[in-house]
Amino acid sequence: MKHSSDISRRADITRRDFLRTMAAAGTCLMLRPPSILGASQQSMHTRKIPSTGEEMPAIGLGSWITFNVGFDPVARDTCVQVMKNFFDAGGRIIDSSPMYGSSQDVIGYGLAQLNHPDRLFSADKVWTYSDGNGPSQIAESRQKWNVPEFDLLQVHNLLSWQAHLELLFEMKKKGRLRYVGITTSHGRRHDDFEQIMRRHPLDFVQFSYNVVNREAEERLLPLAKDRGIAVIINRPFRQSELIDFVKRHPLPEWASEIDCDNWAQILLKFIISHPAVTCAIPATRQVTHVRENMGALHGRLPDENMRRRIVRHVEKL
Amino acid sequence: MGAWSTYRLSDFLLFSPQTYYRLFELYNQNIRPAQIVSFLLGLVILWLLYRGDRHGRWIAAILAAYWLWIAVAFHWLWYKSINWAAAYFAGLFVIEALLLIWTGIIRDRLRFDAVQPLFRRAGTAIFLFALLLQPLIGPLAGRAWTQVQVFGVAPDPTAVGTLGILLVPDHRIHWGLMIMPLLWCIISGATLWAMESPDALLLPVTGGLVLVLAVWKRLCRHR
Repeated sequence: MKHSSDISRRADITRRDFLRTMAAAGTCLMLRPPSILGASQQSMHTRKIPSTGEEMPAIGLGSWITFNVGFDPVARDTCVQVMKNFFDAGGRIIDSSPMYGSSQDVIGYGLAQLNHPDRLFSADKVWTYSDGNGPSQIAESRQKWNVPEFDLLQVHNLLSWQAHLELLFEMKKKGRLRYVGITTSHGRRHDDFEQIMRRHPLDFVQFSYNVVNREAEERLLPLAKDRGIAVIINRPFRQSELIDFVKRHPLPEWASEIDCDNWAQILLKFIISHPAVTCAIPATRQVTHVRENMGALHGRLPDENMRRRIVRHVEKL
Repeated sequence: MGAWSTYRLSDFLLFSPQTYYRLFELYNQNIRPAQIVSFLLGLVILWLLYRGDRHGRWIAAILAAYWLWIAVAFHWLWYKSINWAAAYFAGLFVIEALLLIWTGIIRDRLRFDAVQPLFRRAGTAIFLFALLLQPLIGPLAGRAWTQVQVFGVAPDPTAVGTLGILLVPDHRIHWGLMIMPLLWCIISGATLWAMESPDALLLPVTGGLVLVLAVWKRLCRHR
């Protein structure tokens, strides 16, 4: 019924109405800032998770430090706004860890406030020295997020990784977990990391990579591509050190060639333009920053020449 | 060393400075009027020190109450929400409280009846600094008054004040009682340093000063 009514209404539209509507729409589009336009109208940069083919937006949301706000009601509500803007802009993956203080509680609070968006891809970690504490820690984390099961669980910083990986693969086998991964950060233990990537059927790996820390380009990223492992990039801004540094300098003229309105988008597009990267997970507690970050999901990505240009430019700053 | 050598102090920081100082604001709101009680008890300690006679048990009892309070109310109930290590800090503060009870109350080893004037003055000055001046440093550094860290309910001034008091007794240097406050000076100093707080060096410097004075006092005793 609805369909036929739509058709009859469409038939009543005159040529003048049509032109007027199109003109108004065009004006609206011109007035809207590109980042907002991008979220709703442009195609979003997504990557396939190699082990399943599931699509993942190339920008996620980290929670290290930024979401660890304890009982502070004002800061918690700010985090909810960050999450809301993240989901509104098409975001999916939120990453946390039992190590991150109250971040898991705050994510759980945010998800409850936002009525548990269907698009959430929940990524958490196991982080305990004790081999036997893994299951109870995972149960506690799940309770804090208030999710039935996690989409992805990772062994945090390879801590007691043998036992925890075994547990995670067992959970996956039983259908209680969709993806298994390992993490490191700051470029640590890459040799061990590489060995585990070679020997175990991982779905995801997570490590640090950014325009000034490109060690992962040598071995980890090519290996992930070869092995069909999805890659999450942490510390895209080296906490805030890198972004704070580059922001002191004017945005390069060539930023428009890759549709970047700000430095955050340049740094993120540098990362997600690497063919092995699945997504980057910048963390923030500011709504303006999450909007800037999510803007990197749209517009042109740097090609190899532009990637080299970004590196040269940042190194000269 | 391995991977450990690649860590910086700031890599261990789990929270932002904003979150840390806001924690004190919320804590202060929730414990009111405990700050007034703790300050008044601080004045009582000052009076007992001034009397200089055998009130060591009372001083130890008040100090133990401070350390217990901070262990539970601050570390366990509040700080642990943003720093899982605070559970261990709570344990350290309970141990200090128990040591104060054991040494000062049960064994009555904190005697203030024949103190050396130099160390009485130095210890009292450090205590007065912790009671009256240290809480003002935050606001002077540009932080809100609501985030003030009051002696007796906040760990930093309490550790410094305790060290000051422990310099005064004549009987001996109570190294065992000094370990936890000195340790806290290092821990909190490191936290503030990682947060690039302007007052980051205050606690380590004060702790170091107390340590030097304590060694000096011990050397004087042996002469």
